[in-house]
Amino acid sequence: MAEYQNIFTRIQIRGPVHDGIQLPRGSWQRLGKPGFSDLLGRFGDAQIGPVYLGFLGIASLICGFIAIEIIGLNMWASVNWDPVQFVRMLPWLALEPPPPSYGLRIPPLAQGGWWLMAGFFLTASILLWWARTYRRAIALGLGTHTAWAFASAIWLYLVLGFFRPLLMGSWAEAVPFGIFPHLDWTSAFSIRYGNLFYNPFHMLSIAFLYGSAVIFAMHGATILAVSRFGGERELEQITDRGTAAERAGLFWRWTMGFNATFESWHRWGWWFAVLVTLTGGIGILLTGTVVDNWYLWGVKHGLAPTYPAVFPHVVDPATLQGGVR
Amino acid sequence: MNFGIPIAAALAVVAAVSVVGSTIERPPVVTVQRGFRGTGSVVIYNPRTLAQQYAANQVPESLPSTGPVGPPAGTVYQNVQVLKDLDVGDFTRLMVSMTTWVAPEQGCAYCHNTDDMASDTKYTKVVARRMLQMVKHINADWKDHVAATGVTCYTCHRGQPVPANIWFHNPGPPHPGGVIPTGKNIASASVGLTSLPYDPFTPFLEHDANIRVESTTALPAADHQSIKQTDWTYALMMHMSTALGVNCNYCHMTRQFADWSQSSPQRVTAWYGIRLARDLNNNYLNPLQATFPPNRLGPLGDGPKVNCATCHNGVFKPLFGVSMLKDFPELAK
Repeated sequence: MAEYQNIFTRIQIRGPVHDGIQLPRGSWQRLGKPGFSDLLGRFGDAQIGPVYLGFLGIASLICGFIAIEIIGLNMWASVNWDPVQFVRMLPWLALEPPPPSYGLRIPPLAQGGWWLMAGFFLTASILLWWARTYRRAIALGLGTHTAWAFASAIWLYLVLGFFRPLLMGSWAEAVPFGIFPHLDWTSAFSIRYGNLFYNPFHMLSIAFLYGSAVIFAMHGATILAVSRFGGERELEQITDRGTAAERAGLFWRWTMGFNATFESWHRWGWWFAVLVTLTGGIGILLTGTVVDNWYLWGVKHGLAPTYPAVFPHVVDPATLQGGVR
Repeated sequence: MNFGIPIAAALAVVAAVSVVGSTIERPPVVTVQRGFRGTGSVVIYNPRTLAQQYAANQVPESLPSTGPVGPPAGTVYQNVQVLKDLDVGDFTRLMVSMTTWVAPEQGCAYCHNTDDMASDTKYTKVVARRMLQMVKHINADWKDHVAATGVTCYTCHRGQPVPANIWFHNPGPPHPGGVIPTGKNIASASVGLTSLPYDPFTPFLEHDANIRVESTTALPAADHQSIKQTDWTYALMMHMSTALGVNCNYCHMTRQFADWSQSSPQRVTAWYGIRLARDLNNNYLNPLQATFPPNRLGPLGDGPKVNCATCHNGVFKPLFGVSMLKDFPELAK
C-alpha cells in the first residue's frame, strides 16, 4: 500500500528541534525543552514544544481552571461528594443558572451564584484566549483570521449565556453547565419558542454548518489526492503553482466546469465556518425577544405549509364548556 | 513494528462497541405512519419489545359468572359498604377474583381477618374498599379516558399487592447542607433516564401546575413561561412517553406540540388521563395516607400515588386494550 494512502502520517521527518523565530525584545520566554513524539507524529507534527504562554495564556488558564473547578465541585456536591456517583452520573450532572425569580439580580451562591461566577471566569478565560490568538498571530507576522473565526464562536457563546439573558431580563434563560442538561436545555428552548427549525437564522446556520463539512471534505480529499505530487505543500503552491495545484484545479474544472484556487477555497471554508455561529447567534438573540413562537411566525409569513387533516378534528378539551378542568 | 497502536485501536473499538451495544436499541425498528405523509407523524415500535410486552400483558381468564344468584350481599354479610346490592354469587366471584388479581399468594387473609371476615382491623381491607370505590368512579365518571374498556384491580395490580409503578414525593439524592437541589440533573428512570426533573408528578399529577409552556402568539405577548419551566413539562411528557411505550408523535404533531388542531385524538385521551391521575391522587390515594402503615409510605411520609405507568405499564392501552370490565359489570357503576 502506498504510504500516502494511509490514514496516518507514515513518514516523519526528524531534523534538529526547532525553537521558532526570535521573539521581540521584552517578550516572555517560550517554555519547555522541545522533543519528539512518534505517536503524535502520526497525527501531526512530531515535535512537541516549546509553548508560549505569556501573560494572556497564563491568565486564561487560571480563569479556565477556576471555572472548571467551580462547575466540577458543584456537580460533585450535587451527588453528596460521592466519587463513584460523580463519575457514573457525570453526563447528567449540571451547574444550573438561577431560578427565574431572581431576574438579573445576583442570587445566593447555592441558587445560581456559583453559576454566575463560573460563567464570569469561563468568559474571562475565553476572552483572554481570544486576545492570545490575536497577539500570537501578530507576533508571528500572520493575519488575524483565526482570532476572528474564534470571535464568531464566542459571539454565539455570549448570546446564549449573556446577551440574550440580559435582553430577557433573567439569568434563568441561560444555558446550564452540563453535558445532557445543556442538550435538554436546547430541546426545551426550541419547544418553548415554538420550534427553532422555523427560525430563518437557524436555517442559515445549519446550511453553513453542513456546507462547512462538505467544503472540508472536498478540500481534504483534493489535497490528499494530489499529495503524491507534493500538493500538501499548499502554501508554496498558492504563490507558485506546481503540477499538484494544476491537477487539483483541473479535477474540479473537469468535474463541474468551475474550480476554486488554492487561495480562494480557504476563503470559502473560512466564511462558511464563521457564518455558522454568526447567523446562529443572531437567531438565538431574536428568540423570545423579537419572536416568541417561530412556527406561528412561519405561518404568518407563509413559511410553514398547511397539511391536509388526517385525524378527526381535535378540540382542546380545556376550552369545552362545563367539562373537566 | 509497533504494536501499541493496533492494541490501542482494538481497545477503542471494544469500548465503542460496548457503549453502542449497551445504549442503542438493536433493530429492527418498525414505523407506522399515522399523520400526513412526509411530516414524520409515525409511531415507532420494535417488534421484539412488542412481543415481550404482549406476552407480559395478557389478561387472566375471568371466573365464569353464574348470573344473579342469591340475595344481595349486603343482607347476607356484615359490614358490606360498597357492593351491598350485588348478589351473593357475583359478590363471592368478585372477592375470589380480587384475591387472584391482588394477593394470589397471600389469599383472603391478606385483607380479611379470617376469624371475622367483616372486621376492618387490617388496613389492607380499608384500602381495598376505597380502591373498589375508585375503580367504580373511574369506570363511571372517566369514560373520556377509559372509554367502555374500563379498568379493574388487575389493570394496575397484576397479581401483586402493590402495583409495580407507583410514585412518592421524591426528595432526590442525598446532598450536603450547602446544596439546594434543583430537582433535576441526575439519571432518573421516572423520566426515561434523562437529566430532566425527576419528579414531574407532584406538580402535574397531584397539584395542577401549568403544563402549557409553548407560546401561542408569534410575537412576544403574554407567555412568560421560562425554559426551566419547560423542562418540567418536558419531564412529564417523557414520563408519559415511557409509560405508554410511544413516541411524541403518538399524540403530537411535533412541528408544533401545542397545536390541538394538528394533534391526534389520543392527545385528548391523554389530557383527560392527566386529570384522572390528579383526581385519583387527591381524592382516593392521598386520603389513605393515614391508613397505610409506615412501610407503605414514601421517604417523605406520603402515601403511594398513581401516574400513567401505574395502569399502562409501558403499553399504549393497558393490557393492549382488552376489557376485563365486561366480565365484571358490577365494577362499572
